[in-house]
Amino acid sequence: MEAIILQILNGLDKGSAYALIALGLTLIFGTLGVVNFAHGALFMIGAFCAVTLSRILTLSHTIIDETKTDFLGNPAKVEVPYVHDIFGVATGDAIIDWAVPLSILFAVPVMMAVGYIMERGLIKHFYTRPHADQILVTFGLAIVLQEVIKYFYGANPIPTPAPQAFTGSFDFGAALGFDPNLIIYPYWRIIYFVFAAVIIGAVFAFLQYTTFGMVVRAGMADRETVGLLGINIDRRFTIMFGLAAAVAGLAGVMYTPINSPNYHMGMDFLVLSFVVVVVGGMGSLPGAVLAGFMLGILESFASMREVLAILPGLNQIIIYLVAILILLTRPRGLMGRKGVMED
Amino acid sequence: MLGLEKKDFQLLLVVAGLTLLAPFILNPFPESSGMAQFNAGYPDLMQRFVIFGIFAIGFNILFGLTGYLSFGHAAFLGIGSYGAIWMMKLISLNVIPAIFMAIIVAGIFALAVGFITLRRSGIYFSILTLAFAQMSYALAYSVLTPITGGETGLQIKSSDSPLFSNLEEGEIGRANLFGMDMRASFELNIGDWLFTFNAGYYIAAIAMLASFYLAIRIFRSPFGMMLRAIKSNQTRMSYTGLNPRPHTLAAFVISGMYAGLAGGLMVAMDTQVGPERMFWTASGEVVLMTILGGVGTLIGPVLGAGAIKYMENILSKINKDVLHEWFAFLPDGLEDLLVTIIYPFIGKGWHLTLGILFMLVVIYLPGGLVEGGQRIARALRGKKANDEDGPKASTEPAE
Repeated sequence: MEAIILQILNGLDKGSAYALIALGLTLIFGTLGVVNFAHGALFMIGAFCAVTLSRILTLSHTIIDETKTDFLGNPAKVEVPYVHDIFGVATGDAIIDWAVPLSILFAVPVMMAVGYIMERGLIKHFYTRPHADQILVTFGLAIVLQEVIKYFYGANPIPTPAPQAFTGSFDFGAALGFDPNLIIYPYWRIIYFVFAAVIIGAVFAFLQYTTFGMVVRAGMADRETVGLLGINIDRRFTIMFGLAAAVAGLAGVMYTPINSPNYHMGMDFLVLSFVVVVVGGMGSLPGAVLAGFMLGILESFASMREVLAILPGLNQIIIYLVAILILLTRPRGLMGRKGVMED
Repeated sequence: MLGLEKKDFQLLLVVAGLTLLAPFILNPFPESSGMAQFNAGYPDLMQRFVIFGIFAIGFNILFGLTGYLSFGHAAFLGIGSYGAIWMMKLISLNVIPAIFMAIIVAGIFALAVGFITLRRSGIYFSILTLAFAQMSYALAYSVLTPITGGETGLQIKSSDSPLFSNLEEGEIGRANLFGMDMRASFELNIGDWLFTFNAGYYIAAIAMLASFYLAIRIFRSPFGMMLRAIKSNQTRMSYTGLNPRPHTLAAFVISGMYAGLAGGLMVAMDTQVGPERMFWTASGEVVLMTILGGVGTLIGPVLGAGAIKYMENILSKINKDVLHEWFAFLPDGLEDLLVTIIYPFIGKGWHLTLGILFMLVVIYLPGGLVEGGQRIARALRGKKANDEDGPKASTEPAE
């Protein structure tokens, strides 16, 4: 029982990342009908937003501290971050410590802008071209974005820690009445899951309960009619693209403490996220979320020692295996709609 | 000639001429000149040109003709490689049986994968092939270590003694063709030029010419016609009473066998395999090659493979010092500025150039380098020739 709960918990954080990326992919696919292979790169750029902000916050200048001396007896030079000058030492340290959560505020406008530029500058011209062309051009874009990031940030992973307050682990076992220390789970992963749930909820609520969302849903169902009613659906879809980029970016920002970001993390997630989208059913938002969590949890179950003893290597292939099985038995994925991508 | 139309035969002749004379053509700069680093006429790179050419030709038979975009083609290349190296380890160090083994193993695997994946089309097909390739990669990397050597891969070791070989105790076997070492080279010095004629390269080149010839025959055959029909409108094709499935499957298997041949040749050249050969980025690379060169054209994939491998090997070698040397004649400030601007695109950043080039090709030149060449040729011939062509009949299906 403990083992099962532990594996479900372990699957949740990876599942959250899959679900968020897949959600963004599906938003783009459902609204614009574009298969976006650069979505993983958006996730990666989001993660590097966090890196950038923490670098900006720790920008510092050198002052000579008269009260201290270095080993030669000269007055010591001390690096003082600018935030200390602006907010004072205590607040400044807190701000640096909270760089990752603060990056959310920084990443949203950046990612919206990136998404907007991408859609207006490139993707717009590919609506009428075949899906293969869309895959290819966004694949090329992903390579370019990845290389640009590599040029500026180098090829090594950059550790970006979570705030001090969240570095420990939560003892789930004790809370649920099992023996303590049986099920322990890092705080940050809990936060990641909660954050993902909030974002997913917000996206659904936005689509369901706002006029804007209603129009977008109408456009997804029948773009032509909505256009005929005098609504500028293209502009709304562009905004949705920005929103999808922001979702991917936020997934990236919050993922940085779990895995240090490097320039090819996007590609690693992209392949799996596409599998997730296809399993969930192209164009189905609930399908994408469901499949994301399902595959994340399945993956962590498959990496249990007991399972690996019977079927070695299962954890490596489980997602692909499930994808193949589902696509062959339910060709539209779990919740796919009729008539999507069936040409 | 050879069952080809005149134009195709000429193309084949040109390609044959270029491949066989490649050691000359790719070494245009004298050894001592500063441009010598642009020479591509060394065996290792030339072998890669032709081997990846074969890979891309095969991929083009599937994607160019049927429009099925496979994102997992490197799996066949990898599996062919594993087949070939086991043949060399156990049976014979001769490359011929190893290459045939590679083709057969890859073909069987392609048949199995194709049988399952071709039930779906479009993006679903891409994802399914990707899933199979990633699964093969993960398995080769972990569980199948006894067969694949895991992370370290497989090499021919001194402990291997193939059935049909007379190796002495402790001697490490070398790939050969009836006794001719694959690494044997004949070097020709003319003045300041050094030309290397490598046995392995010529074997790979002959294999490429054979596969190129076969590809022309497939393109011009009724079977190729059928594949094009699948691309343009599958529904309409089945309405005329033809079942597209067997044709697509055949194309998939042929394309997989081409990849196997490429994998076998790779092993024949350097007698080692690693699982990274099957990673999905390797599959992505062949897609890049085919698109860059010109999808659906005969010569395009070979050109694309050559262009990418050239960039990978030559562009990535240029570093900051070399750039400074080139622009040394400029005033210092301007020199530094130019170097700073160009530097991100070369050396380790050559992928950036590749990505940008690839995007430009997809956006402006969907026909790849071949279409670019045709446009230039048309522009050179002037407007008159253009008028004679007349308005082209649209081949798009009317929907």
